Amino acid sequence: MLNPNLKLNPKIFNQDCEQIPIRKGFGQGLLKAGEENENVVGLCADLTESTQMNLFADKFPDRFVQVGVAEQNLVTVGSGLAAMGKIPFCASYAMFSPGRNWEQIRTTITYNDRPVKIVGSHTGVSVGPDGGTHQMLEDIALMRTLPNIDVISPCDSIEAKKATLAMAKTKKPAYLRLVREKTPIITTEETPFDIGKAEIFWLPDAGLAQVGIIVTGGLMHRALLTAKELEAEGVKTKVMNLASIKPIDAEAIIALAKECKAIVTVEEHQIAGGMGSAVAEVLAQNYPVPIEFVGVKDKYGQSGTPEELIEHYGLGKNSIKEAVRKVLKRK
Amino acid sequence: MFLPDKKIIELEKKANEIRISIIEMLVEAKSGHTAGSLGMADVFTLFYFHVLKHDPKNPAWEERDRVVLSNGHICPVLYATMAHAGYFPVSELKTLRKFGTRLQGHPHREYLPYIETSSGPLGEGLSQAVGMALADKIDKKDTTRFIYCFMSDGELDEGNTWEAVMLAGKNKLGNLIAVVDRNNIQIEGMTEEIMPLEPLQNKWKSFNWQVIEVSGHDFKMLNEVIEEAQEISDRPVVIIAHTIPGKGVKEFEKDYKWHGKAPNKKEGEMALKELRNYRP
Repeated sequence: MLNPNLKLNPKIFNQDCEQIPIRKGFGQGLLKAGEENENVVGLCADLTESTQMNLFADKFPDRFVQVGVAEQNLVTVGSGLAAMGKIPFCASYAMFSPGRNWEQIRTTITYNDRPVKIVGSHTGVSVGPDGGTHQMLEDIALMRTLPNIDVISPCDSIEAKKATLAMAKTKKPAYLRLVREKTPIITTEETPFDIGKAEIFWLPDAGLAQVGIIVTGGLMHRALLTAKELEAEGVKTKVMNLASIKPIDAEAIIALAKECKAIVTVEEHQIAGGMGSAVAEVLAQNYPVPIEFVGVKDKYGQSGTPEELIEHYGLGKNSIKEAVRKVLKRK
Repeated sequence: MFLPDKKIIELEKKANEIRISIIEMLVEAKSGHTAGSLGMADVFTLFYFHVLKHDPKNPAWEERDRVVLSNGHICPVLYATMAHAGYFPVSELKTLRKFGTRLQGHPHREYLPYIETSSGPLGEGLSQAVGMALADKIDKKDTTRFIYCFMSDGELDEGNTWEAVMLAGKNKLGNLIAVVDRNNIQIEGMTEEIMPLEPLQNKWKSFNWQVIEVSGHDFKMLNEVIEEAQEISDRPVVIIAHTIPGKGVKEFEKDYKWHGKAPNKKEGEMALKELRNYRP
């Protein structure tokens, strides 16, 4: 059942569950952060509308910098603004930022420990028809290996809004991972969100869970549907929302592993270096249990509908279910 | 700011002391970049002992001018000048590049908070200076101080540099002054052979910058062009400072091989002898 303590959207499993792109929540969050703090500034590389930074830019034109199609400049100018006390949000497609400008982020932002917020939209194969060049599958790996930075990957637009507001309040560099496509609304305004804290969204009606499913980002809805079906088939699971990949909630992950003795991780990212790898690092050192990884298996994306691509790359409900059955056998 | 002839002689002496420190620290470190450090000693001396609004005893003073060193590899001249200006003891210069030092091989702000940014990887300083200048514009502080960026000619090969040039021109950043060390060398040879930069003036001009060329060793002229640059408020200014790499040590001058290496003990003694015999 859905965790009753988290005030999740009661319509999650309905056909008419509302769907909103995760990036929209960023746009709303940045607008609010800008209203709350005049030091918040926005920078964009010719993608204000598709990253949803236009809401902020329209309201605060004097605090918005249009850098043109120049992602290396996007983040280094952001670093300079942060040096003067600003809280810059730098938005583009994740493929270009942090894809193209990783070294600039490392040297001028994380090495300097300046509170620049990198916002990477259009991650995962669900970007769809634009094809593999625009489907960012390596950004979690790129960002979580950098010291000093927080890495946040929200599961819906409401959580993205909360994450944006939380990032604006920290004095640290941060990376926000966004998804282009509409995804079902899972949380509500009342659902708690804290950087560094994981939450259990789904748990068995009674008794202990047999498998812990850890999810980050836009695949959460599919994971919850899978957990519900598994419950009906007699397999008890817990589903954890790991929006905060760094800092990682090691305590909660270890507790889940101790209860279930088997873990499945789910993400729209390469298996190598992603959220699942971060989970494996925690468990290998603290409480080793069998882990199955649902993610992209050393391949690039291609054109198609989001649904076709998610199925093709083994990220859908069937793949999650298969991973659960496989890990159960390894217990 | 007015620069009397008497002060010029003092500055020349100071620049020579800084060159001596640079050689001493590089010999001790056994690695580092000699040519650019010696070449920019006059420019750094003029800035830190005459031009800059700063307070070495209160490095965090909010109203200070900002200095971004983009080509971090010439940090021996930055460290030596800052030490001589009173930011930290001159004796600390001998720790350059050694374990536990505040004077990292390339500048790191976490270790030495008196510097405005970490640098080393090329082509990133001007963007940060642009960000600082934009912040002051947003806060309406752009008439109270300047953002200076020291950069090399070699790093003009970097695309990131020109992204920053374009944005500064677009935003008419009159509070931004870049100083390019035009010493014509980079690691592997002469700039015009590795990647031609000329006509350099025209490149900057076409992005709406004011361009001023000057010798990087003539204190009087340098001071005059800095004053001229400060007066221009409707666009950013680049001062292309023509310098002699390795300046002050005949053996090292104009030879690109000294871009990225330090003198050994014997070469260092020879260099120090020449510098100690210098009379303005």
